[in-house]
Amino acid sequence: MTKNSGTEVARAAGLGKEVEGPAGRLTILHALDLGVKPGEAVAILGASGSGKSTLLGLLAGLDQPSTGEVWLCGQALAGLGEDGRAALRNGRVGFVFQDFQLLPTLTALENVLLPLELGGVRAPEPIARSALGRVGLAERAGHYPRQLSGGEQQRVAIARAFAPSPQILFADEPTGNLDEETGGQVIDLLLGLRNAAGAALVLVTHDPRLAARCDRRLGMRAGRLEPLA
Amino acid sequence: MTAWRLALRLLGRDWRSGELYLLAAALGLTVAAMTAVAAFGDRVESGMQRQGGELIAADLVVDDGYAIPPGFVERARALGLATATTLEFPSVILVGDATQLVQVKAVEAGYPLRGVLRVRSDARGEDAPAPSGPPPGEAWAEARLLPLLGLDDPAGLGAEIALGSTRLRLTQVLTQEPDRGASLIQLAPRLLVNAADIPASGLVTPVSRVRYRLLVAGDPGAVGAFRAWAGVQLPRNAQIIDPEHARPELAGAVAGATRFLRLASLVTLLVAGAAIALASRRLVERQTDAVAVMRCLGAPRHLLTRIFVLRLLALGLGVGLIGAGIGYGAQFGLVALIGDLFAQDLPPPSVAPLFLGLGTGLIALLGFALPPLVQLARVPPLRALRRDLGTPRASVLGSVLAAGLALGLLVWWQAGEAQLAARVLAGVAATLLVLVGAALALIRLAAWVQPRTRGVWRLGLAGLTRRRAAAVLQIAGFGIGVLALLLLAVVRVDLLRAWQAGLPPDAPNRFLINIQPQDLDPLRAFLAGHGLGTPGVLPMIRGRLLRINDHSVDPDAYPDPRAQRLAAREFNLSHAEQPQRDNRVVAGRWWGPGDPADQFSVEEGLARTLGINLGDRLTFWVSGHEVKARVTSLRHVRWDSFNVNFFVVSPPGLLGSEATSHITSLHVPPGAEATMAELQRRFPAVTPLDVDALLGQVRSVMERGAAAVEYVFAFTLVAGLLVMLAGIQATLAQRRGEHAVLRALGARRRDLLAALAVEFTVAGLLAGLLGTACAELTGWMLAGQVFDLDFAFNPSLWALGVLGSAALIGLAGTLASYPLLVRPPLEGLRRGG
Ligand SMILES: Nc1ncnc2c1ncn2[C@@H]1O[C@H](COP(=O)(O)OP(=O)(O)O)[C@@H](O)[C@H]1O
Ligand SMILES: [Mg+2]
Repeated sequence: MTKNSGTEVARAAGLGKEVEGPAGRLTILHALDLGVKPGEAVAILGASGSGKSTLLGLLAGLDQPSTGEVWLCGQALAGLGEDGRAALRNGRVGFVFQDFQLLPTLTALENVLLPLELGGVRAPEPIARSALGRVGLAERAGHYPRQLSGGEQQRVAIARAFAPSPQILFADEPTGNLDEETGGQVIDLLLGLRNAAGAALVLVTHDPRLAARCDRRLGMRAGRLEPLA
Repeated sequence: MTAWRLALRLLGRDWRSGELYLLAAALGLTVAAMTAVAAFGDRVESGMQRQGGELIAADLVVDDGYAIPPGFVERARALGLATATTLEFPSVILVGDATQLVQVKAVEAGYPLRGVLRVRSDARGEDAPAPSGPPPGEAWAEARLLPLLGLDDPAGLGAEIALGSTRLRLTQVLTQEPDRGASLIQLAPRLLVNAADIPASGLVTPVSRVRYRLLVAGDPGAVGAFRAWAGVQLPRNAQIIDPEHARPELAGAVAGATRFLRLASLVTLLVAGAAIALASRRLVERQTDAVAVMRCLGAPRHLLTRIFVLRLLALGLGVGLIGAGIGYGAQFGLVALIGDLFAQDLPPPSVAPLFLGLGTGLIALLGFALPPLVQLARVPPLRALRRDLGTPRASVLGSVLAAGLALGLLVWWQAGEAQLAARVLAGVAATLLVLVGAALALIRLAAWVQPRTRGVWRLGLAGLTRRRAAAVLQIAGFGIGVLALLLLAVVRVDLLRAWQAGLPPDAPNRFLINIQPQDLDPLRAFLAGHGLGTPGVLPMIRGRLLRINDHSVDPDAYPDPRAQRLAAREFNLSHAEQPQRDNRVVAGRWWGPGDPADQFSVEEGLARTLGINLGDRLTFWVSGHEVKARVTSLRHVRWDSFNVNFFVVSPPGLLGSEATSHITSLHVPPGAEATMAELQRRFPAVTPLDVDALLGQVRSVMERGAAAVEYVFAFTLVAGLLVMLAGIQATLAQRRGEHAVLRALGARRRDLLAALAVEFTVAGLLAGLLGTACAELTGWMLAGQVFDLDFAFNPSLWALGVLGSAALIGLAGTLASYPLLVRPPLEGLRRGG
């Protein structure tokens, strides 16, 4: 615990990421700072390849930064190993991905059950069913991902993200693979559930209309963050 | 708990999605092959054990090539021991005009002293123990003798048979004989008769070849006393056999045979292992996303590892049980093929083989599937965000080590001794290296050709050369299958043909043995009178080698088992003025008319085996006294000419006065059966040995042995097919993407199909080349090194191996990937890869 983390559910300080590419060292993120307050929705906009996903991965502890520090749910990630970071995410962090990432061999219900079971929740099924109900897919519980449309799959993913009542949700272009109308419905759901749950949200998108519905907008350009109007 | 629940849930789901079928098939196949062989071995071994101490039907046996001195029986009786004498000799029996060589055993009342005889007299009815051997006037026959005589089982019982000059009635089918003999396989069927019928048969004279045995049983102290006394009194050509002594030889032979089958079944494991490894790699690829998501959701690595190991264990147990069940059933096939060569009837298998099969399956799974699967836990969670991060690869070294360790463990387990295991493993490793190396070279060649081709050829060859690892594995795996099949199906036949081609068409096909001195002239007249020529009739004297120079010949002192047998056994000696026509003196010189009589001429192979040199002084024990002479020549003998030949020959002056029977060999043209039956009636004491029939029996034993090995290798072939399927599956995702792009670019379905056909046909061609070359090489080495034959390379083998393999693999591979082509291209594009 540090003074920096007291009021923020996720925080990055001096965060930098460099990788070794074929053409030498490549800097993806340049020493950026960011704080996300509990319940706050932050949109990150930027062109493809500007480093948005990299930032999201670092904030969630999926990867390790080259420089700087990250705090997640009040805890510094620097001292934690891979499994320590996984344990920290468990039940506290939700994800929604651009390509849904449902497990193809599990039914919708089982996909939603997965994070609950991994977290050792005692009676996970009612929670999972109610989460599915909240995204309007209670009747599709027994269906496999390939039997669902893209929008429906993303709704299952949202149910999976919210089922354990996370403190923060990371969404990486959640509407990127959906048509405009379906995307709109998915965003309505996402924001609605977030409001109800009081979870923070970090939303990566390049749709300005979507970003407009968030509390705060940041622009990512060539590895640097700048506030947008 | 969480781990188990998740493991089982994921296992069930993966199963339903069909992802595990291939892995399961390869595993089940391995377990089935191992269980089948293990269950068969188990039955054979427990059959042996059941006979156990009854193996000699007594507590102690005195075994002699001559009649047991009467003093032995008296002594045993005086010690309060039960006794029974048995005589064993080959003879020919007649039923009508049908003749058949049998192994006669004549027993006294009281036999067997230990163990039981079992007989039956109706077809279906259970056999029952018989308290003693057949009463005088009756004969009991092994079941397989009846059809050989043209009799039905059991309707033929009651038939009258002629044994020498006496007639006996066939009354029972013999189903169990405790001391059936120390040799694993009896070529001639058994005929059990009463010893009281032997004198009237006229078959046993002082010069006939008969094994006499005195069986004694009773109080251990008395047996010990008898043994001590007999040890001193023992005639030089006799030996004492006790149960501990009788067993190892037989048990050793059986263990050797079953061990060979076990090791053969390991080849299935090896090939199936490749399929398991390939299927596991694919599983890993398919699971990568799921694992990345689970890690994002906070699953710790150790939990994931545990889930994967547990899942693998559950799969191994489930599939293993099914495979073991199948193997248990398949074992009956082996028993049907060769079971009766081992014992008259085999007890049912125990459950131990099931565990062996299961254990094998688990070890194989851990060795071949675990290394790629544990990599899964290392999938970076970031992959959920960045698909291009790819699948972590198991290190090649780690995979090879794990597979090698599993294989080594199993070979060691199956071979039962470290040294043999090491040799087998070295052989396997060398073969694999050669196969993989050759496959790699062939792929390189294809890669060189590929850019020089166009159209579907270029595309098809690219499919092969761009996925080099999969292609090498596939080609090597198939090469093994082709090799095993060709070796068994074709090379064996070629070897046999080469041997038969070496025989002149009028080679002798009958031996007449046990010709008594008084029969000599009448027999010559009979043969000449029936147009069978005037074959040379040679004297035959039995003698045991006692000393070479001043060293006693001790069988146990020879490391080589053949030398041990030769040293322990009596030889056939002969005397002659001139060497046989097909003998060639290779050292020293043959005696002339005026030379001294104390000379021996020794066959060079025997001399080499027993360490006899020119100039050595040999001492033989011949009918009760020593005969000594110097080795003055060594001879090369062509045994496969089927002329009568002898290991040791002397001038007539040395052995001419010993008790002698005579032997001859002659060519009997087809259709002369009536003449031979007539000969048998006129000279009942003469035993004709039918070389063709004997060879036929040897060949049928060999063929059935080979059929059993083929049976085991059939599993290997299926494993080879699974390797191919696994190879295709492994590249399916990639192909799907490729095909979608190619179709989007305007490639016709026909072109893609042709490219697939090119790819798989070329792979099959290469595998066929490899396997056929190895098979020919093996056949050539066997012919030259082991059988001393000219081996002709067989063009039809190449046609069959190379073209057959190309056609089979080309067709199977194209068919297996065909579903790719019927999908709309959009689907492939959307899935991405
Ligand atoms: N491990 C890596 N190795 C090489 N390049 C990387 C790596 N991670 C990210 N990049 C590069 O960094 C840039 C930013 O990537 P990313 O964060 O995925 O962008 P965005 O999500 O904004 O589209 C891209 O050009 C990407 O290719
Ligand atoms: Mg991105």
